[in-house]
Amino acid sequence: MALSFILPIAFFTIFAVIFGGRHDTTPRITVLIADEDHSHASQQLIRGLAQESLVVKTRPDPKRGVEQPEYTATSAEAAVRAGDAPVALVIPAGFGNNPISFAPGAQRTEITMLKDSSDMVAPQVIAGLLQKVAMTSMPDAMAEQGMKYTELYAGGFTPEQRKRMNNELEQLRREQSRPRSERSGQSSEAGMAIAVKTRDVVGENKNNPMISFYAAAIGVMFLLFTASGAGGSLLDEAESGTLDRVLSSRVTMGTLLAGKLCYCSLLAFSQLILMFVWAWLVFKLDFIPHLGGFAVMGVSTAFAVAAFGMLLASTCRTRAQLGAISTLVILIMSSVGGSMFPRFLMPQAMQKAGLLTINAWAIDGFTKVFWRDEPITHLWQQVLVLVLIGITLFAIARRLARKWEYA
Amino acid sequence: MTAAATTPTPPSLPLRIHDLVKRFGELTAVNGVSLELNPGECLGLLGPNGAGKSTLIRSIVGRVIPDSGTALVFGSPADSNQARMALGWVPQDLALYPRLTCRENLEAFGQYHGLSRTSLNGAITSCLDWAGLADRADHLVSSFSGGMKRRLNMAAGLIHSPKVILMDEPTVGVDPQSRNRIFEMIEKLRTQGISMVYTTHYMEEAERLCDRIAIIDHGRIIAQGTKEDLVTDAFASRSEVFARFGKTDESVSAWVKERGGAFDNGIARFTLERPTEIASLLESAAAARHELVDVSLRKPNLESVFLHLTGRELRD
Repeated sequence: MALSFILPIAFFTIFAVIFGGRHDTTPRITVLIADEDHSHASQQLIRGLAQESLVVKTRPDPKRGVEQPEYTATSAEAAVRAGDAPVALVIPAGFGNNPISFAPGAQRTEITMLKDSSDMVAPQVIAGLLQKVAMTSMPDAMAEQGMKYTELYAGGFTPEQRKRMNNELEQLRREQSRPRSERSGQSSEAGMAIAVKTRDVVGENKNNPMISFYAAAIGVMFLLFTASGAGGSLLDEAESGTLDRVLSSRVTMGTLLAGKLCYCSLLAFSQLILMFVWAWLVFKLDFIPHLGGFAVMGVSTAFAVAAFGMLLASTCRTRAQLGAISTLVILIMSSVGGSMFPRFLMPQAMQKAGLLTINAWAIDGFTKVFWRDEPITHLWQQVLVLVLIGITLFAIARRLARKWEYA
Repeated sequence: MTAAATTPTPPSLPLRIHDLVKRFGELTAVNGVSLELNPGECLGLLGPNGAGKSTLIRSIVGRVIPDSGTALVFGSPADSNQARMALGWVPQDLALYPRLTCRENLEAFGQYHGLSRTSLNGAITSCLDWAGLADRADHLVSSFSGGMKRRLNMAAGLIHSPKVILMDEPTVGVDPQSRNRIFEMIEKLRTQGISMVYTTHYMEEAERLCDRIAIIDHGRIIAQGTKEDLVTDAFASRSEVFARFGKTDESVSAWVKERGGAFDNGIARFTLERPTEIASLLESAAAARHELVDVSLRKPNLESVFLHLTGRELRD
């Protein structure tokens, strides 16, 4: 009964913190900037961006108190690949010579936006803020308005000048009216004040950008439910009296729990395999090339969730209690840990809170494997945390299970 | 080289319990119990509900840790692996996996006892035959009748062929037909020379199945021996007379008391040195004008012994 009140309040609080806790309108997105121009204009642009609701970094955080060199195009790209930030801007040399232009055919020096395509929000926000910072709006309207003011205060154009201006304006309008994908030039932002060329540096060759994320996110959430249900067999045995009978044989509580942990791990791993094979067959997930990473992450995730299931079961006294508590805990873990809503879109505090959950570490690991194509050795942090979580939870579960051991 | 003179080691008893005590807070459930079970013997543990029978059994199988005392199975501590392999436990409450079949239940419990695949198959076949469940081997336990579940519950305790079996009220809640079937199963075990402790609060079961009986009340063994020993110790050669009166008033009560009897549930009970004394009892009742509706003379039984020793009915 208490859960009927606790669960909705808990969920409301979590989502209120995620979506309603911000005091400004723009999420504080981290953007890395590699300034290869070092001109007055590029510095102005960086200062302008820094005044927006962004975390602007021109160099990595100091390591052991040692200041790191500024980002270059290469190091910024590597940082985005590593997941340090969803977006990096590379301001090329020569940008300051012609920072703002309106016409698509104008001589332009494009800023390159390197982005992680799993984050669909951050690049859009950065692109918008860039233009805002440049204080520009629609180029054709500005040009036309400029002509009117010239005629009004400078006495008008000669017929030859008017003809050329109209031709240019018409060309600009035609260009603006065409679908964006058909416009001339490589830049998708050709009509903007600051020319920006975007490039996916993570997931550029992926068949379906968010499939791996959701396969992991949804998979882990249901793994937790599965493990909780499987761990509940301990409660069934306690309630039916079979646990007494089992423990009167050669089987000890430690052996029994270890056996159930193995079974739950195997079950959870099988469920993960099914989930990713389904994603591979139906949604063209690049499963086969990442088998090694999947196996490593799958086993460590399955172990951690199995231990979690053991802990839940040994905490509760009845199946009904387990059902209620596991629903509450798993849904909260899943919402905070990123199974329901990507963590990178959450406020910083929530992102940090997510690190207390199995979901976050598992999703991060699977993202490294399937999204960032990182080698297995780069998974050590996630694997280590998941294994430690598993060991700790199992040790606590073993301690709590003493209540069934003897009277 | 000369052989050293050695004293032959006495063979270890199947079960030896010495001064076992178990307390649950203020309640002393088992209070200094000492018992011995001889090879091939069936020892009945007779007592009312709450007397401490199940706690004593659970202490032997390691499900309850005694506060003091020892329980040895063939000389090994009851919580040792040797003892666990030698002990078979049939708990009072059904302890089965309802969503598994009969065979799967036996397989599971056999594996918990570490039986190999080969010996497990043989054990399952023999347990199914013994319990009369061979034709239901692949049926789900949840579909079984109460009696069938009871039989499977017993078979599961015997899957590893134990040498000592502890049966904790195996006939609780079963119909008379199933109870007879269970008696036959137990008698079959007895012919195989298996040592057994059989707890019950049914006197008839103890009388029918057990070689010796220990009467337990409030956690203490208050008497033990064969049925004949117990009755003789309590009543010698005396007989009991039960009398029911047409009406029960103060004058009847006073008369019963005067004749050395006692009222119990509206029935007066007298103990006579010789059966022939019943004639004088009847004459006395007639002289006092007490109408007798029903009179019976019987030799004392375990129920009488329990009543004699505790002042309470066995089923109180």
